Amino acid sequence: MTTITDPPQGSFRLSMLLSDTRYRSLTLQAIAAICLALAIWYLGNNVAKNLAKLGLNIDFGFLGVPAGYDINQRLIEYTSQSTNLRAAFVGILNTLLVAFLACTLATIFGVLAGVLRLSNNWIVSKLMAVYVELFRNIPVLIWIVIIFTIMTAVLPGPRAFRGDEATASMLFDAFAFTNRGIYLPAPVWGAGSMVVVVTFLLSIVGVIGYRRYATKLLYDTGRMLPTFLPSLAIFFLPTILMFFIMGMPIGLEYPELKGFNFKGGIKIGGPLIAIWFALSIYTGAFIAENVRAGIQAVSKGQTEAAAALGLRSGRIMSLVVLPQALRVIIPPLISNYLNITKNSSLAILVGYADVTATLGGITLNQTGRAIECVLLLMLFYLVISLSISAVINVYNNAIKLKER
Amino acid sequence: MKKTVFLGALTVAGLAAGVAAAGTLDDVKARGKLNCGVTTGLVGFAAPDANGEWAGFDVSICRAVAAAVLGDPSAVEFVPTTGKTRFTALASGEIDMLARNTTWTFSRDVDLKFTFVGVNYYDGQGFMVPKDLGVSSAKELDGATVCIQTGTTTELNLADFFRSNNISYEPVPIETNAEAQQQYLAGACDVYTTDASGLAATRATFEAPADHVLLPEIISKEPLGPLVRHGDNEWGDVVRWTLNAMVTAEELGVTSANIAEMSAGTDNPEINRLLGTEGTLGEMLGLSADWGKNAIMAGGNYGEVFAKNIGEETPIGLARGLNAQWTNGGLLYSPPFR
Repeated sequence: MTTITDPPQGSFRLSMLLSDTRYRSLTLQAIAAICLALAIWYLGNNVAKNLAKLGLNIDFGFLGVPAGYDINQRLIEYTSQSTNLRAAFVGILNTLLVAFLACTLATIFGVLAGVLRLSNNWIVSKLMAVYVELFRNIPVLIWIVIIFTIMTAVLPGPRAFRGDEATASMLFDAFAFTNRGIYLPAPVWGAGSMVVVVTFLLSIVGVIGYRRYATKLLYDTGRMLPTFLPSLAIFFLPTILMFFIMGMPIGLEYPELKGFNFKGGIKIGGPLIAIWFALSIYTGAFIAENVRAGIQAVSKGQTEAAAALGLRSGRIMSLVVLPQALRVIIPPLISNYLNITKNSSLAILVGYADVTATLGGITLNQTGRAIECVLLLMLFYLVISLSISAVINVYNNAIKLKER
Repeated sequence: MKKTVFLGALTVAGLAAGVAAAGTLDDVKARGKLNCGVTTGLVGFAAPDANGEWAGFDVSICRAVAAAVLGDPSAVEFVPTTGKTRFTALASGEIDMLARNTTWTFSRDVDLKFTFVGVNYYDGQGFMVPKDLGVSSAKELDGATVCIQTGTTTELNLADFFRSNNISYEPVPIETNAEAQQQYLAGACDVYTTDASGLAATRATFEAPADHVLLPEIISKEPLGPLVRHGDNEWGDVVRWTLNAMVTAEELGVTSANIAEMSAGTDNPEINRLLGTEGTLGEMLGLSADWGKNAIMAGGNYGEVFAKNIGEETPIGLARGLNAQWTNGGLLYSPPFR
């Protein structure tokens, strides 16, 4: 038996804080922390003092005062008599909307381009390489301006649709593409339309249930049910049937040229489209590279082994390659989503009313409460960024390599 | 690394502290240059010319102040500001004065703590529309898409005007005048609204100015003037009386042509006080005796500056209107030099 002798327990001397490696790093960190705290205190104190000298103070009272300006794109009720706080909420919702739309579309662009870049077809893979390099290496600000300018210059104004010698016409009399936005038919909910909607929701549940059953059956008995066509049938048939049984309660309202603009229908504003498309296509180029890296990170032996087992190429991709590739793709994807959210603050460039434009732009300007508005903005972007990474991290934990 | 951050923070804090302390007049004299905030470019009011020299109606105020304080009208550093950045630039001390067709309002004066030293242009908000739209009054604009420069009083006036007339509109907020012009010409908005003077200046740069009309409604009072920070009255006085000197010079018939002759001494004691041959007005301001003469020589009196930059002879073609001398039925009325 060997005995381990304890190191000599010398008494603690003050000089050991610097000379003893056990304490030195702690000492240095403590000093750094104190310096940092002092610096922050000094800066804060300085701001407070200078504000006091100028007769200004930090006051959030302006949030309750009527904003006085109008916003063109709003998801909640808002008039110029609503408060600045409500204007900020309108902006927050607009930011979230464009961030969500752009994240979705960027993922689609990115996955398509990333997979196609690995294609054996020379032209396709080179085209995708050009897309990635072109969009990745030009600042997003410039893309936003280019896309918005092209949109306003190329698409006709509503005036072009008017008169007998109109130079532009509506597509199928239902869709109007103007330089102020795209107008689509809007659904009109008649009596009994709730039944149709509920049927539709139930059939979605039905599709999920059927797919689960098919998977379970496959694992239990090895018998494979067809999934694609039955899913499609469950998805559409009951809803269409119910639609006619209830006597077609859902109608369409078509946009119509009235006065200066199209009225009726759903309008997707030009600024929203420009910022949405620009962010998506720009970030899509980055995601494409992540996807390509992820797929290439899965060793070739995996594909070959799966092929040797007799799997078809589609199933090799979905069952073997993609689950492993996702582990590589997800972490950088988080930072791309965060970039989209933060880059959406460039929206004011095209007149889209995101939170930077309302709270950090017009409200800041009209009330002059710069420090308060910027603090709130920082808080908002911090919270939203941390939430996005938290959600994606949960997903990442679910799919990452489980070491047992 | 930590140390550098700390030192950097100290420097920033020190700079911030420095701003509030010293008098702006002494700062400008010590620097030998006046930092003057102007627009990012509005022809006639402030825009760089073909040689890159800033010129315009607001620019002339900056040059006159620089001439009064430093004796040199070219000792100006022009800082282009947008509707959004102008107040922060002034409050933080980045610029010494702001001459950027800025409307004098209660909240800017009282709440934002700025001192408007006077009015150099009495304006009002107007609307410009393409002629072929067939609109003759702003009240016919129900449902129109309107381009506005964001961060200006026009935004609030517009909301009030449409609300009180019970008609609807769709705002398109735009950062700068140049972008607004592009949007308007592309037809992304039906109407462009800003101060009537700005509309005239913008229209003058169009390829076919005659295809666009200004609607008769003027929906607000927009007294535009230079402003400085609250709490530095000596500096405020310098800018205020430089502006007054230009106005008074026109009233008394002092022009850049006859000023050399007049500064030899005249029979009119007020002209003599203005040009520094009599009395100690310059000393009271903390400037040289010939400050007024320098200010007027920089670009001429108010009338000359107006005629040269935005008057009826220029492409912008603004009439004097409210901006005529009080003796001609306008609102320009300078307190006496006494």
